[in-house]
Amino acid sequence: MVQFSLWDIFTFLLGAARWTVALSLIAFVGGGLAGLGLLMLRFTKLPGVSTAVAWYVQIFQGTPLLMQLFLVYFGLALLGMDTSPLVAAAICLTLYASAYLTEIWRGCVNAVPQGQWEASTSLALTYTEQMRYVILPQAMRVAIAPTVGFMVQIIKGTALASVIGFVELTKAGQMISNATYQPFLAYCFVGLLYFVLCYPLSWWSQRLENRRLA
Amino acid sequence: MIEFDFGTVLAQWPMLLRGLVLTVVLTAISAVLGALLGTACAWARLHGGPLLKRGVGAYVELVRNTPFIIQLFFIFFGLPSLGLRLSVEVACVLAMVLNLGAYACEIVRAGLQTTPKGQLEAAMSLALTPWQTFSRVVLPPALARIWPALVSQIIIVMLGSAVCGQISAEELSQAANLISSRTFRSFESYIIVTGIYLLLAMALRQLLYWVGPRFIFSRR
Amino acid sequence: MTQTSNPPFALVDIQGLHKSFGATEVLKGIDLQVGRKEVVCIIGKSGSGKSTLLRCINGLESFERGSLSVDGQALKHGDANAMRELRQQVGMIFQSFNLFPHLSAGRNVMLAPTLAKNIPKDDARTRAQTLLERVGLGHLFDRMPDQLSGGQQQRVAIARALAMSPTVLLCDEITSALDPELVGEVLQVVEMLAADGMTLILVTHEMAFARKVSDRVVFMHQGLIHEAGTPDEIFNHPKTPELRQFLSM
Repeated sequence: MVQFSLWDIFTFLLGAARWTVALSLIAFVGGGLAGLGLLMLRFTKLPGVSTAVAWYVQIFQGTPLLMQLFLVYFGLALLGMDTSPLVAAAICLTLYASAYLTEIWRGCVNAVPQGQWEASTSLALTYTEQMRYVILPQAMRVAIAPTVGFMVQIIKGTALASVIGFVELTKAGQMISNATYQPFLAYCFVGLLYFVLCYPLSWWSQRLENRRLA
Repeated sequence: MIEFDFGTVLAQWPMLLRGLVLTVVLTAISAVLGALLGTACAWARLHGGPLLKRGVGAYVELVRNTPFIIQLFFIFFGLPSLGLRLSVEVACVLAMVLNLGAYACEIVRAGLQTTPKGQLEAAMSLALTPWQTFSRVVLPPALARIWPALVSQIIIVMLGSAVCGQISAEELSQAANLISSRTFRSFESYIIVTGIYLLLAMALRQLLYWVGPRFIFSRR
Repeated sequence: MTQTSNPPFALVDIQGLHKSFGATEVLKGIDLQVGRKEVVCIIGKSGSGKSTLLRCINGLESFERGSLSVDGQALKHGDANAMRELRQQVGMIFQSFNLFPHLSAGRNVMLAPTLAKNIPKDDARTRAQTLLERVGLGHLFDRMPDQLSGGQQQRVAIARALAMSPTVLLCDEITSALDPELVGEVLQVVEMLAADGMTLILVTHEMAFARKVSDRVVFMHQGLIHEAGTPDEIFNHPKTPELRQFLSM
């Protein structure tokens, strides 16, 4: 058993936390872009497209994230791609985020009064123009608080990437726990670091929501 | 050409069934205890003394801002250092109850806070005690209001229980792990188990929407 | 038990009542005695303090100065048990009905006696059925509040208050939230209660009803009782310009 000082442990975990942040950002940005695309598809009148998006959301919201990670990991291997855990986790979390974000934003679009659709249709705007210039700007105001709130979910979701071998904060915690035989200390530290990452976002999201309602 | 072999995996159906049963049992116990804990915490946050309010608030924020897997590892691996060694299943239930309790607290609290003032005045005018007012007049309609949100959260906890396989609980995801390593058919194992989770989530939603109005918030 | 010095014995005895909301004084010294079986209607403009006065009588509002006693017992705001005892004597019916939405009409009526008076369920059920019949709704025992019209809901609310066998009923603008065609059925029930000898204190805008049913009418203006008297005195011979202006409105 190697002796580590508290400082060694802390810096090691902090280093791993960088990967947590990196993976979260990739998922958020990628998922956001994909989610936006899915949002546009959700509201078209084309037959079957809207339902397909609804099913996509239903699958990601109705199955465990852990299973999704395994499926992407083993699925990519089946397709012959030699993937690292990071790539598999990034792809999976991006898809996961896209499903949840598109559903959150769908609710926000539905919060825009029907009259806005009618007015913009009467002005002969195309669907894309309607969304871009009339609907989405209004939906965005409602969307900011829950979107920031979902960022917290993504950060917590990255913890599962440890199970497929990606070395982020949770995996680092396990490694410290095994090396020092001090699981209580290790997981306290890890919990604390996640809290420091997540709580400011939770607080901000709550503040945005309060301001919107005020 | 990729060849799938679902047959080998499906032949392991007894193991899948055992895993499914444990997942259902864990979820059922955690849903009930977690909802009770959440309701108690919601009441405490609204009517408790300042120390209780802050304590519950800290618990809620701690659970909601850390991953479930860390909460589980802390309980199962960390607590023995303090002398509290729990069995795998008990650790799972405890983690799930504490997790659901924190989210349920906020959900139920929102429901309680939207109680129309007139309801409280009517109950007061009828000489009901504070406990009678809370349990018979305030809580049932509040639960009816937030039922969809609470049901969603229970389903989230059920899906989150897949992580319990990481401490070797023999629930559904662990069944997938074991079958995958036995048959070398990883993708098929996980696809089938994922499908089972999806069906379980849909069934659970239907069940809770049926149970709620009949037994929880008395539409009688 | 203290007796007031004014014969006959005042069931509700209010003396020098002052009540403020923050910096605003809403009741500026109210003196009012209501005898047993009396029907008193309180009229006045919005903001004159009528509802606040009513809500003081069953303790939903506290007051800073003065005295208020019901059946000889002074109000003790700090004592929760005493307040519950008071509310078994003094029933209230609200403008917005406040029926419990998750309970049927009958169960709304049954709830309080079962809990506060520990009456066994079957007795409470029979009594609730009788009371609903008394207000003309015996056939709607199992209906949920959202399946009832406003007038029906208010009548259930009256039955619910009666279930506690109160000695005084406070009615706070009980027809103001009703569509005009539903007002009559509720006033009919109140008239019946008056005829049966219930002590009633009503805040109302229904002048014709007040004229018909009350023993006494009290006109409130800016937190004080401006004029009081029999219906004939108040409606046919108003003395003060404020009352005259109010009645002409």
